[in-house]
Amino acid sequence: MPDFVLWIAAVTLALTTISLLISRSWRWSIGLLALQYFATFWLLFAHWPLNMSASVLVTGWMAAAALGMTRVNIKEDPDADTSWPQGGLFRIFAAALVLMAISAATGSLSAWLPNIQLPMAWGSLILIGLGLLQLGMTLQPLRVILGLLTILMGFEVLYTVIENSILVAGFLSVITMGLALAGCYLLVLGEQST
Amino acid sequence: MSAPIVWIAVPLVLAVILLWLPDERWITFLGTVISLSLAGLAYWLPPDSAQRLFGLSLRIDSNFAFSGRNISLTAADQVILIIVYGIGAFWFFGTLATGSAKRIIPPGLAIIALLVASLAVQPFLYAALLIEIAVLLSIPMLAEAGQKTGRGLLRFLIYQSFAMPFILFAGFLLSGIEAGPADIALISQAAILLGLGFAFLLSTFPLFTWVPMLASETLPYAVGFIMIIFPTFSLVFGLNFIDRYSWLRDSADLANILRLIGILTLVSAGIWAAFQRQLGRIFAYTAVAETSLSLLAMSLPDRQAGLQIAFYLLVPRALAYGVWTVSITILKRQAPDLKFTSLQGLARKFPLASAGLVLSNLALSGIPLLASFPVRQALWEKLAAQSPSTALWFGLATLGLWAASLRTLAILTMAPEHTLWEVNENWSQRLLIGTGLVGLLFLGLYPQWAQPFLANLPLMFTHLGK
Repeated sequence: MPDFVLWIAAVTLALTTISLLISRSWRWSIGLLALQYFATFWLLFAHWPLNMSASVLVTGWMAAAALGMTRVNIKEDPDADTSWPQGGLFRIFAAALVLMAISAATGSLSAWLPNIQLPMAWGSLILIGLGLLQLGMTLQPLRVILGLLTILMGFEVLYTVIENSILVAGFLSVITMGLALAGCYLLVLGEQST
Repeated sequence: MSAPIVWIAVPLVLAVILLWLPDERWITFLGTVISLSLAGLAYWLPPDSAQRLFGLSLRIDSNFAFSGRNISLTAADQVILIIVYGIGAFWFFGTLATGSAKRIIPPGLAIIALLVASLAVQPFLYAALLIEIAVLLSIPMLAEAGQKTGRGLLRFLIYQSFAMPFILFAGFLLSGIEAGPADIALISQAAILLGLGFAFLLSTFPLFTWVPMLASETLPYAVGFIMIIFPTFSLVFGLNFIDRYSWLRDSADLANILRLIGILTLVSAGIWAAFQRQLGRIFAYTAVAETSLSLLAMSLPDRQAGLQIAFYLLVPRALAYGVWTVSITILKRQAPDLKFTSLQGLARKFPLASAGLVLSNLALSGIPLLASFPVRQALWEKLAAQSPSTALWFGLATLGLWAASLRTLAILTMAPEHTLWEVNENWSQRLLIGTGLVGLLFLGLYPQWAQPFLANLPLMFTHLGK
């Protein structure tokens, strides 16, 4: 896999994850999640065979579709996020800080995982770091699930470097789908309470 | 027939079938019978042994190959299979008194099956993935219909999900240093990741904040199930790690770290329990304290004694959690919430539920004559021999738990004068709580009863069990 493809995927991940953090519209958020999975697919493809990488992509898109289809039937406006802080500027600033910290830490990750390429390390750490930031800023089930899926995606990218078992890939796909379904369930319950 | 099919695949399939049954009572009876049958089968026909039935020789093989990996339940897993499916049967039968069978039994059975799979999967590291899937399955059990998702549930999901990546990465780093510590830096990195993973999984100090939140916002009986099943399997998973790596097993630092984390968790839970004014939160802090007791037992230099204590705590714990959460669920129906102000004087109307609540609370505080006392006493003695200051803190935490139970007793009995005593519990509730209370007293008076049964449990570990 040429390095520039990996870099394009990693930059796409950075842009989509920051946008996911800022976005107030659930439609945009679901779309960005799907785009994240597409970029992740290219990173995974550097170490895993096509069928295994494609399974992550397909599961991710199914997860995004399930969340989207559930959310589209909910009338309540969950964009009224009550958690602190709400400002877009603050989120951009926090994301920039996380990006700086990650860029500094990326080099040392290769000491742990010698086979990892720089764009993979950078992309995965961005997913994990910004996913954590997302989790720290919200109490909405949809956003929590998006944050967890983002972190799991980052972990998957790192883990492909050390593990190529079909069973692990299968389990990770089940967990991705399970998280999405748990999110759908919580969204539906939230709707019933209104 | 292989053991993983019997104790993993079959209950998973049956859990799906139970989900479609319309009648709650049928779900209760079938769920109890299935769980009890699996526990009985593990007792009568453990893996890799043969029995004759009607002239036929029956045998269950221990191995099953799946996706190129071996899944194996051996004869050494017999006792844990009996215990977890036994706990399952006890809990599922309790839904007769608490209701919500459909919400608890199908996911509960699937959770037990997945956690049994986490014991069986090879390499054992993959257990972290199965535990995460079990966590996801517990969401329908814990989410309250018709209510917005609570912070406790979201935190439970987040914290338990964080454990998996940490443990998998620690496992990867440890794979390079199985026999002995070649690289000290690598060891410390692996140890930090492993410690963080298990801190999330076992909800130790300061990561147990979700437990009281969850216990105060959802069905107490479901929280009780989660708090007995998940820490038990996480503990076994942690012991597998210690058993597997010789440098970890022989490390003096491990015992110190376990003791420090255990006592921090115990003291913080004990003290906070004493100041709570909500029954769910008191239960939550007591449950956190119970997990910390297992950590303290694992920290003892006499490994055999430590393992025996850790496993002996399981039976009284399960019994007390069951009685406690059944009682809370009964009282919750009579009051708008579980705050002390709402429950004042309820002992006059629900004496059995109140007795169940207070006595199970006292049992888990280590009161003499009740179930946990003999094991806690043994642990306290051994800790005192090892570190008097730790024993002192242990005593302080126990005082906190006692204070919580006495405050609960005071509130429940604080009825206006001349209020008549009534018994408003129904027959199934009386039967369940009564049996549970007799069990708590019996285990306190005759602790040796469980000894022959639990003595073989450490044998599931190759090195620690010897």
